[in-house]
Amino acid sequence: MTSTMTEAGGAPPTVSNPLLELRAVNKHFGAVQVLHDVDLTVQLGRVTALVGDNGAGKSTLIKGVAGIHPFDGGDYLFEGERVHVHNPKQANALGIEVVYQDLALCDNLDIVQNLYLGREALSSGLLDEISMEQRASETLAGLSVRTVKSVRQKVASLSGGQRQTVAIARAVLRNSKLVILDEPTAALGVAQTEQVLRLVRRLADNGLAVILISHNMNDVLAVADDIAVLYLGRMTAQVEAKDVNHSEIVKLITGGALVEEAGKVKVAEAHEVSADVDDAASDESGAQS
Amino acid sequence: MSRTLMDEELEHTAEAPDNSLANAAREYVSRVRGGDVGPLPAILGLVVLLIVFSSLRPETFTNSFNFANLLIQSAAVIVIAMGLVFVLLIGEIDLSAGFTAGVSGAMLGVVSTRNDWPWWVGVGVCLATGAFIGLVIGILVARIGIPSFVVTLAAFLGLQGLLLQIIGEGGTIRIQSDTVLAIMSKTLPVWLGWAMFVVVVLTYAAGTYRQMAHRRSKGLVAQTPTVWLIKVVSLALLLGLCTYYLSGERSRNPLVSSIKGVPIVIPVVLVLVVLLTVLLNRTVFGRHVYAVGGNAEAARRAGINVPRIRLLCFILCSTIAAIAGILLASRVNSVTPNTGGGETLLYAVGAAVIGGTSLFGGKGRPVDAIIGGLVVAVVANGMGLLNQTAAVVYMVTGGVLLLAAGVDALSRRRAAATGRA
Repeated sequence: MTSTMTEAGGAPPTVSNPLLELRAVNKHFGAVQVLHDVDLTVQLGRVTALVGDNGAGKSTLIKGVAGIHPFDGGDYLFEGERVHVHNPKQANALGIEVVYQDLALCDNLDIVQNLYLGREALSSGLLDEISMEQRASETLAGLSVRTVKSVRQKVASLSGGQRQTVAIARAVLRNSKLVILDEPTAALGVAQTEQVLRLVRRLADNGLAVILISHNMNDVLAVADDIAVLYLGRMTAQVEAKDVNHSEIVKLITGGALVEEAGKVKVAEAHEVSADVDDAASDESGAQS
Repeated sequence: MSRTLMDEELEHTAEAPDNSLANAAREYVSRVRGGDVGPLPAILGLVVLLIVFSSLRPETFTNSFNFANLLIQSAAVIVIAMGLVFVLLIGEIDLSAGFTAGVSGAMLGVVSTRNDWPWWVGVGVCLATGAFIGLVIGILVARIGIPSFVVTLAAFLGLQGLLLQIIGEGGTIRIQSDTVLAIMSKTLPVWLGWAMFVVVVLTYAAGTYRQMAHRRSKGLVAQTPTVWLIKVVSLALLLGLCTYYLSGERSRNPLVSSIKGVPIVIPVVLVLVVLLTVLLNRTVFGRHVYAVGGNAEAARRAGINVPRIRLLCFILCSTIAAIAGILLASRVNSVTPNTGGGETLLYAVGAAVIGGTSLFGGKGRPVDAIIGGLVVAVVANGMGLLNQTAAVVYMVTGGVLLLAAGVDALSRRRAAATGRA
């Protein structure tokens, strides 16, 4: 992480050396081409939202990055170096952690045990519960998590937001550089969504790179710095969040394209915007200007 | 429901770590009420059974001869149940553990009696037999993916046949090694029994005190000295009472042969339970066993080799069953085609479940097997003393098992409702 930061030097933040860079990656399952020449750039200290309709290829892209379904072709650059990621272990070794929608926590274990699952700390051959518990508390405190009563609580007794927090903390605890969050707020209420989004923001502010997959445009606009839009397996746009509004993102998701117009980037109407997409119709008038 | 809600609110308001005894008690009550009952039903059941049988048969049930007999009777079932805990923890079942004990015991007889090799070679071959059976079952379940119920049902039949093949129709293999026979028939000298009592209590007290002090020094929440003291004193009282009871003369005719002292099998079972508890609670393997039982997919994603953990659990279960095979052979001085058969396995499964091991996986401890095994043994022993027929004993034991599984299922529902699943 530090090396990349120093290399970045005086370059402006948006074009600094990216942590992760995908160039023209492809993926097909049998005869079905799922990703077509997709480019993606992810920076340290920034939240990159990955949006797209169902079937656009978000999950496939993430699984490629995480090494679960390696890409068929294209370049995968991490910290400026070309790397080959063919299994999840290699991705983990680079510092890539994915928090899946189902969180993958063991209900019958407590928070500390879940945080350290698969990489338990040992002292003289036995589990070192004390150092694990201390570091777990520190990590949660570092993420300003104050909602859990005790780190020795069983995960089963936690609320949805708290579970999400534990899953994210686990990714952070593993010295990750890139944390990928798959729909972290999909199953949460308003207050808990707020909580988790604040946590996502804090991850980026602490210097990590974050990829956030979300269907919720409010969440995306609330925390994302960059927005990458997939449409039918192609990356239609990667823009800064401040340059677009709610309806423009929706247009991009539904097949709109970026056009440059008098030096300004605008979103053009798709030729065939599907009429049934939420929000698209109601916001259209505002976006056309 | 409203009571539980109020309790939870109370807990939330108590922000500062409250180390008082009352708080410890309150947290325990709230845990039990939330469905995290642990071995509590089994302990209560054991106490009730002891009171009932003691009042119905004051002379025969409570005398120290019967008490020692009860412990010896239950030992093999308890040991098999401790092995089953590993398999139950990962949500699987081993129906063949009883005959694994039988076949392993037969191998002990073949090596040490028929071939006249030293006893330790026989014990080694016996344990290796158990491990091999576990390996085969484990490969079929964990690597090939056949449901454990079917694999071990097949093994139950197959091993029964193998046992018959080894021993021969209607035959027996006598066990002649004094060392092996001593486990179930001999007792420790009285002084050694007391020395063992002192060592066990002091080790427990020192170990738990050190842990408590260490946690305190690191600023972590630790149990209070009062709770620690209560635990140590209760353990000392319980074990002291047992040792005292077993140290008395219990021979019906002391002039001919004197029997007093702790039976050798008791330290054997205690060492086993301590080793297995350390394995489950303090090692990476143990942690991963719980993880696989709790959520196999989460365990896999955390980088745990799930099939390997499953395989090891089956190997452990069968190897521990082989230890039970030694106990079974030692108890009746021989191995027959029915060793480990009959109700042995079902009593063992019952023992594990009654003790609080969940059939759904992820929950259970080796010590639960001891508590549950004692419940099963007390039922069988007490009913026998009440001159009940085998028919009634089976029906009552079946009822107790059903009750235990019911408590397990209900406490899970309760736990799910209160978020402590």
